[in-house]
Amino acid sequence: MQQNIFHTDNSDYFRPAHRDITPGMWQGIDRVIQECLDVPGAVTQVLRRCQDLVGYLPVELLDYIAHSLNIPASEVFGVASFYSLFSMKPRGRNIIRVCTGTACHVRGADLIMRRLKQTYHLEDGSTTPDRRFTLESVRCMGACGLAPAMNINQTAHGHITPDQALKLLQEYY
Amino acid sequence: MPAMNLQDLQSIREANRHRVEFTRNTCLMLCGGTGCRSTGSLEIKEALQKEITTRGIQDSVDVVETGCNGFCARGPILVVQPHDIFYHNLTLQDIPELVQEQLVNNTPLQRLQYKDPVSKQILPRQQDIPFFAHQLPWVLRNRGIIDPESIDQYIARDGYFAAARALLEMTPGDILQQMHKSGLRGRGGAGFPVHLKWKYASEEKSPVKYVVCNADEGDPGAFMDRSILEANPHSVLEGMLIAARTVNAGHGFIYCRTEYPLALERVQTAIDRAREYGLLGSDILGSGFQFDLEIYQGAGAFVCGEETALMRSIEGGRGMPRPRPPFPAQKGLWDRPTVLNNVETLANVPLIILEGGDWYAGVGTEHSKGTKVFALSGDVRNIGLVEVPMGTSLCSIIYDIGGGIPGKRKFKAVQLGGPSGGCVPAEYLDLPVDYEAISRAGAIMGSGGMIVMDQRTCMVDMARFFMDFVQEESCGKCTPCREGTMRILEILDRIRAGDGVIQDLWELEDLSATIRDSSLCGLGQTAPNPVLSTLKYFPKEYEDHIRNKKCPAKKCTALVKFRVNADKCTSCGLCHKNCPSGAVHWKKKQPAEIDPQKCIKCMLCLDNCMFDAID
Ligand SMILES: Cc1cc2nc3c(=O)[nH]c(=O)nc-3n(C[C@H](O)[C@H](O)[C@H](O)COP(=O)(O)O)c2cc1C
Ligand code: SF4
Ligand code: SF4
Ligand code: FES
Ligand code: FES
Repeated sequence: MQQNIFHTDNSDYFRPAHRDITPGMWQGIDRVIQECLDVPGAVTQVLRRCQDLVGYLPVELLDYIAHSLNIPASEVFGVASFYSLFSMKPRGRNIIRVCTGTACHVRGADLIMRRLKQTYHLEDGSTTPDRRFTLESVRCMGACGLAPAMNINQTAHGHITPDQALKLLQEYY
Repeated sequence: MPAMNLQDLQSIREANRHRVEFTRNTCLMLCGGTGCRSTGSLEIKEALQKEITTRGIQDSVDVVETGCNGFCARGPILVVQPHDIFYHNLTLQDIPELVQEQLVNNTPLQRLQYKDPVSKQILPRQQDIPFFAHQLPWVLRNRGIIDPESIDQYIARDGYFAAARALLEMTPGDILQQMHKSGLRGRGGAGFPVHLKWKYASEEKSPVKYVVCNADEGDPGAFMDRSILEANPHSVLEGMLIAARTVNAGHGFIYCRTEYPLALERVQTAIDRAREYGLLGSDILGSGFQFDLEIYQGAGAFVCGEETALMRSIEGGRGMPRPRPPFPAQKGLWDRPTVLNNVETLANVPLIILEGGDWYAGVGTEHSKGTKVFALSGDVRNIGLVEVPMGTSLCSIIYDIGGGIPGKRKFKAVQLGGPSGGCVPAEYLDLPVDYEAISRAGAIMGSGGMIVMDQRTCMVDMARFFMDFVQEESCGKCTPCREGTMRILEILDRIRAGDGVIQDLWELEDLSATIRDSSLCGLGQTAPNPVLSTLKYFPKEYEDHIRNKKCPAKKCTALVKFRVNADKCTSCGLCHKNCPSGAVHWKKKQPAEIDPQKCIKCMLCLDNCMFDAID
């Protein structure tokens, strides 16, 4: 990895080159780290905000965060792998979240999950090769009244059938 | 705004009273909870405002966005005040007609009103609808009445007057005494008496103490805390403020799941407003007491709902539980004394301080006082959020409020307490809502998830569902919890695949006992409950899977034959219409036929057949 490291003029840190992280994102990342340097227990917050910026948390970025916050890399990796919010794999442009909580399960969420997996050749947590969709299961998004429920990006959809789910997805590229 | 005193608070209450008592304008109280938003209530709000302006009645009509009304399955919901006229399932197309009829012609628009499913009568007023009529809204007292983003309206409903009393008139001892009298117990699961927790923390001599609100709500099928935070966020802040005053804490955290964006937004707004009003910060209401709080967003780990794991998570690490003692009240967040309570617990507190502990204890059973909010869902007509007095029977919640099971299907069981709880069968339907009574029946009160299941739910599948959940969510610290749940899951999967043997049932019981007795935290200790309770009440169903290779509920795919029973088939064609792979051959007046070559076992035919004709 050594040959990938380059030095930028406006920062003291070494930023590893990474195809998914643009210079603009690096600036944002450094800003987040600066703000959180002296905040106790800020790792989770830094990871959250960096994931918001980049879309996921590449291994190189985790190393960089550990180095910049001056904490062991094992601790940063530990936190990143512990919480389901964090993903170390690239994610799709559109995130499909099918609720598999109890209320939705009783109302047939597995039918929806199965249908989406079959149609787009996905597994839970995987992304289509063209990065159009990432399919995730979530345990209850608090919309049990609308079971079975599904989220596409930030929009919640309730009372859905497998057919409707596929239809809704056609609008997302 | 300069810091407020009691007089300022009183004048805000008087100035805004008309907005919560609806004495001036007609108010269209439109539900803006997560549920109704997903069915379009934000667009409807715009449309309402537009129609009102077009008709030139904007000066006498207000549109107010409220928090969840609890009847989410019928959303979007609109209640016209002061007359309490209830409309549901609104669509954008309805709005012009609705505004014209209701507001201009003053005649209710009947086709959007609630029709009783039995008597077929229209019930115009919200309070007459059985779903609402049988509830006792204490924690949810402001639902549908205030705009959750307006601190003024909260104050107009006596908001922050409990905090004022706690700060200006009562000593910590007085508060503890009222809490003791009230008998309030934690609503987050374990039911620990609140006054004891507060008392232990108040006895600690430490210059720094914390108050933490547990809004992690991890039970997958529960949304009480979300609704409270969305509809009445200030009640939780006020509860925290009173707790802080009692134990003399200066700082607080609300640990909220990241899956609740609207709740997070509303709580942040509430904190900002409370700070502006000087109800958070230094010298609150001129009492000299200072308290401030912030939100901490969870990052998706069920075990972080456990109190020690939650605090570890705020400290920035992997949220893993640690042994107790020391208890959080002695050594909590950053090793400081910490009071940690659930959202609903805290939302009860202002009411107790305002009305008195004796008043509060006037409702409930011997050891369970006050009310409890449940998230009623699953196979029940009226899915939603209900608040009932302790002691109400499960039957009354499911049938009187919930309207019973839809269609002609039969009630099978109700699941209480989520992954830590259990299933209660029909024989126990007269069980009262009471911590001890529910435990005796093999379930737990839990945080309030109540999932009704009809005969189409397979109990083995249900047990597997929860085991899959805890297996995934186990933090991995204790071997029995990590490995034992995996083993149980394997056994259940084997049974569902038709490869089970009768010895498996004994092994399930053995493993369950080991996990229960040798796990560190509540997650592991209670993880076997869903298996044990289904084994206890539905042993025959397990045996059917094992001995007869049959899943009576037809839920376990491997045991379904995907064959049409010609005697039951009415030739309705629904299976044919819904089959995504064209595997169903169907001609009018002939029983359908499924081509096993083409069938992908997606279960849609089974799900759609109303005559139970597919085996
Ligand atoms: C695995 C696990 C998950 C929990 N999840 C929650 C939760 O989501 N919300 C909650 O309020 N309490 C939860 N609890 C209970 C808390 O540990 C704690 O008892 C509770 O928040 C205390 O508040 P209360 O006394 O007001 O009920 C959980 C406990 C365990 C063992
Ligand atoms: S019982 Fe399970 S979740 Fe709890 S500490 Fe042990 S391994 Fe972690
Ligand atoms: S849905 Fe059921 S009743 Fe209708 S045609 Fe298919 S098998 Fe027959
Ligand atoms: S179980 Fe699906 S939203 Fe709650
Ligand atoms: S969100 Fe509208 S009733 Fe629950």
